[in-house]
Amino acid sequence: MNALTFDVAHLLAGSLVLVSFMLLYQDRLYALLNTYALHALVLALAVASQAYAQHAPHLYITAAIALVFKAIVIPVALHRMIVKLGIHREIETVVGIGPTMLLGIGLVALSMVVILRVTPEADPLAREDLAFALSVVLLGLLMMVTRRNVVSQVVGFMSLENGLVLAATGARGMPFVVEISVAFSILIAFIVIGIFLFRIRERFDTVDIHALDRFRGERP
Amino acid sequence: MALILDLAVQAAQMFLVLALAPLLTGFVRKVKAHLLLRQGPPLLQPYRDLARLLRKEVVLADNASWLFRAIPYLIFAATWVAASLVPTFATGLIFSWSADLIAIIALLGSARFFLALAGLDVGTSFGGIGSSREVMIASLAEPAMLMIVFTLALVVGSTQLSTMAGYLASGEQGLRVSLGMALIALIMVAIAENARIPVDNPATHLELTMVHEAMVLEYSGRHLALIDLSAELKLLVYISIIACLFIPWGIAAGNAAPQALVIGIGAYFAKLAACGFLLAVFETSIAKMRVFRVPEFLGAALMLGLLATLLLFVSRSL
Repeated sequence: MNALTFDVAHLLAGSLVLVSFMLLYQDRLYALLNTYALHALVLALAVASQAYAQHAPHLYITAAIALVFKAIVIPVALHRMIVKLGIHREIETVVGIGPTMLLGIGLVALSMVVILRVTPEADPLAREDLAFALSVVLLGLLMMVTRRNVVSQVVGFMSLENGLVLAATGARGMPFVVEISVAFSILIAFIVIGIFLFRIRERFDTVDIHALDRFRGERP
Repeated sequence: MALILDLAVQAAQMFLVLALAPLLTGFVRKVKAHLLLRQGPPLLQPYRDLARLLRKEVVLADNASWLFRAIPYLIFAATWVAASLVPTFATGLIFSWSADLIAIIALLGSARFFLALAGLDVGTSFGGIGSSREVMIASLAEPAMLMIVFTLALVVGSTQLSTMAGYLASGEQGLRVSLGMALIALIMVAIAENARIPVDNPATHLELTMVHEAMVLEYSGRHLALIDLSAELKLLVYISIIACLFIPWGIAAGNAAPQALVIGIGAYFAKLAACGFLLAVFETSIAKMRVFRVPEFLGAALMLGLLATLLLFVSRSL
């Protein structure tokens, strides 16, 4: 493999981690959705570069799915959902942005330590790809933990799934059927979440999940 | 003979930066004024301001100590030394061995320390506000700057600016995401350090927003001229650091032929003009942020620096 291919793959996967941090940093819903669209766009580019590096044409289809569904359809749908719900205000975060960022840096360091220790013999391209993918997954989880608004939790979930796609493309020999079914199950999950969102909103007049905790009697 | 020639090139750089600094500030002001559809002051206005201030009498507060009078000279000396060490049009000058990036940051940091002391010295409340804000910004900007230095040093294997510029100009480092992050972080730090618009407004005397101006409020005459010149030099230093690390093309090697030096000087002028223009566009397109949001801004720079260093470990260890 020549150095430039590796550098491009590294650049794109690294940018994906960076955009994950941008997602953590955003505190407005519209900006969050735009950043998520950027996340999916970078993912599509990263997958396309992997397709080129591995000479695996079916990965181009994965890239196209990421581009069409995740970069266009889901952000537009979430955008309309926000307009319908009438929530353009700020996202409340459980911990502030500074500590969240530091936690995120810690998670990235953790995933690098873990992946680089357990895969010493693997192909360098796959190793760096897996390290970045695990960081993106952990950052998505962190976002789901720190946010209280349901819409931003959905965005955290979607970004987590982007990390999974990145990992799947980095590992060779992943059957295409699995990728397709993952992509569609995400779409289904998105629709289900959307329906639940409106149900929660109808029932509690808010999309803050703390209202659910109070309703269950877990929090006074 | 060769030694004299080397010294002459080094001296040329020292006086070139001194002569160019007010012009750069004037250029940025002119571009900003044009973007706002105003005519703006002439390009040479900063020189006239400095000349006029040098002629004026110094007015000192009654309770100003000797430190207050010494500080403008200290600040100017530290900033000028930093400016003459940064590679501008050529690398490998005779004093380049001492142009360590950490040393340059330390020089600028000590200049800022003295400026903060000067703000406190007379005991007015504005000076105190300015100093406390300046120190708050500095305490966040400096860790970010050090992370950027770590990133660059890990890529290049040296902290000496001359070596770094030579290595980066050769293109051996390839395409690296860490360098891009370091560039963005360095630009954010440079904006904060130079009191440019999202962090501080260099053109205001409105007490609620000012940081740099609040500290130098008590200065007049030649002291103020030196402090203004140092601020202009500092902007030039940061733009030169960015230019020699991230757009190093055209920079001449120290022992190069005269025509290479001429090309280097031409390239340096072009880089300064481009960076000054971009700075003016950026400043006109953005609003000043609240003082309490500055930690977030600089925290993002620190995070970028940390992330750049971390990502470097993945690519290097493979």
